[in-house]
Amino acid sequence: MSTPMVELRGVHKSFGALDVLRGVDLTVRPGEVTVLLGPSGSGKSTLLRAINHLEKVDKGFVLVDGELMGYRRSGTRLHELPERHVLRRRTHIGFVFQSFNLFGHLTVLENVVEAPVSAQRRDRAEATAHARELLDRVGLSDKADEYPRRLSGGQQQRVAIARALALRPKLVLFDEPTSALDPELVGEVLDVMRDLARTGTTMVVVTHEIGFAREAADTVVFLDAGRIVEQGPPAQVLDSPREERTRAFLGAVRH
Amino acid sequence: MTLSRDVAPAPVAADPGHGFTVVPARHPWRWVATAVVAVLVAMAINALVTNPAWDWPTVGQFLFAPSILRSVALTLQLTVLGIVVGFALGTVLAVMRMSANPLLRAVSWTYTWIFRSVPLILQLLFWYNLALLYRTIGFGIPFGPTFVEFGTMDLVSPVTAAVLGLALHQAAYAAEVVRAGFLAVDPGQLEAAAALGIPRLRQFLRIQLPQAMRTIVPTAGNELIGLVKGTSVVYIMALSELFYQVQVIYTRNGRVIPLLLVAAIWYLALTTVMSIAQFYVERHYARGTQRTLPPTPLQRLRAGLRRGAE
Repeated sequence: MSTPMVELRGVHKSFGALDVLRGVDLTVRPGEVTVLLGPSGSGKSTLLRAINHLEKVDKGFVLVDGELMGYRRSGTRLHELPERHVLRRRTHIGFVFQSFNLFGHLTVLENVVEAPVSAQRRDRAEATAHARELLDRVGLSDKADEYPRRLSGGQQQRVAIARALALRPKLVLFDEPTSALDPELVGEVLDVMRDLARTGTTMVVVTHEIGFAREAADTVVFLDAGRIVEQGPPAQVLDSPREERTRAFLGAVRH
Repeated sequence: MTLSRDVAPAPVAADPGHGFTVVPARHPWRWVATAVVAVLVAMAINALVTNPAWDWPTVGQFLFAPSILRSVALTLQLTVLGIVVGFALGTVLAVMRMSANPLLRAVSWTYTWIFRSVPLILQLLFWYNLALLYRTIGFGIPFGPTFVEFGTMDLVSPVTAAVLGLALHQAAYAAEVVRAGFLAVDPGQLEAAAALGIPRLRQFLRIQLPQAMRTIVPTAGNELIGLVKGTSVVYIMALSELFYQVQVIYTRNGRVIPLLLVAAIWYLALTTVMSIAQFYVERHYARGTQRTLPPTPLQRLRAGLRRGAE
């Protein structure tokens, strides 16, 4: 069996007195799309941020493609890695934010080219050509020289996805990518994500879009109060959930 | 100037479908205010021009005198060195203040506290009299042997003392200006840079700094203009900057008012140049923040002429 793309074991995380994650085990296989569902405050965003070490976990560990995130193991000791090592590891992991976080003072093209050139030391001409290809893929090749503020929310999020893909990541993480969008703009972003899922990109997606989960996900994971309540194929978790809490959540989301 | 815009006939919109004509509202009080201000301006100009005590011929005679030009150059030199060294040190202090290390934070805070609290004139006198405190200045291993040693008087000339005083004073303010700039950058920007794996120094130079500059530049412009005038305090060190130089001349020839006017005109000229530079620097860092950049005065002038021609 191949190495899991993501493996979380016994992950705990608290902010002060608040326990956000309380022992999470999760495995994501290469090429799979995993959707994290759960009520607000259930810890799904923190879980996602723990995967690329934007959030340091208090207990347990995170493996991405078989390598520890943020630490080096020798025997039974975990040595914290210096920031530059963590940054280098992150270039294999794309991250798409709820609020896009495009660099406002850079053009769309500069946004996409920045990390490949400065973090991966790729040739600027090659990175630019790749960036244009990606912008074309998300349907924004005509916006390359615009500044992000001149784009709609949906267009900005598509640029953010292109920016994440520019690193040729093994894994892309999406943190509620459509929650900040006007309803009529949600579709264009989900279309791009569906496309991505079809091409075999490993994705972990935090979202409230049940429709997207049903169509695109291989696994749906339901979280509540910092624990995984149940997980399985979408048909099982979404249509015949075993747990009462899952049923209650799905009922509330649908109505 | 603005008057013409008020009286220019507003476009009268006619709706052919309904036959209505829009009549613009009248503004009688605007006319009254315009008349009052116009009279006051005329009186002010009259008072400046007709009173012989202003002695404009003497102003003209000294405005470009070599000794005045040399003093303007020194004022400019003190300002530029003061602001450059001040902001360089201020940026270091701001970074220290935002550091995770409590010692660095405390040192930065203490520096700002002391140098903002002690009047500039007093600090300048301290630097000027540094030789009274420390006869020699040596370089070597801290608490260990000294390799080279200089007499304080040789190392710290009056100009150096003035630059030191101005820059160290300026740094305390600059630190706060720079820190405010960095606090104003959306934390999401850094998070995105970190998620993309962009190296730390590059994050600082490419993502944080340019966006912080938007907040820093207007306040820094204020500081720069403050410093142009602040250099006049240096006259107590008998350095022949602009303000000291005009005093030297008027104690010799007794023409106090025209020479003060010469200094005032030069300070005005220097700050004007800096304000114009500030406008363009601000415009540069405004990239991407507004849908369209505000026009430059030149563009506005051209647009105005075009409209006038039509």
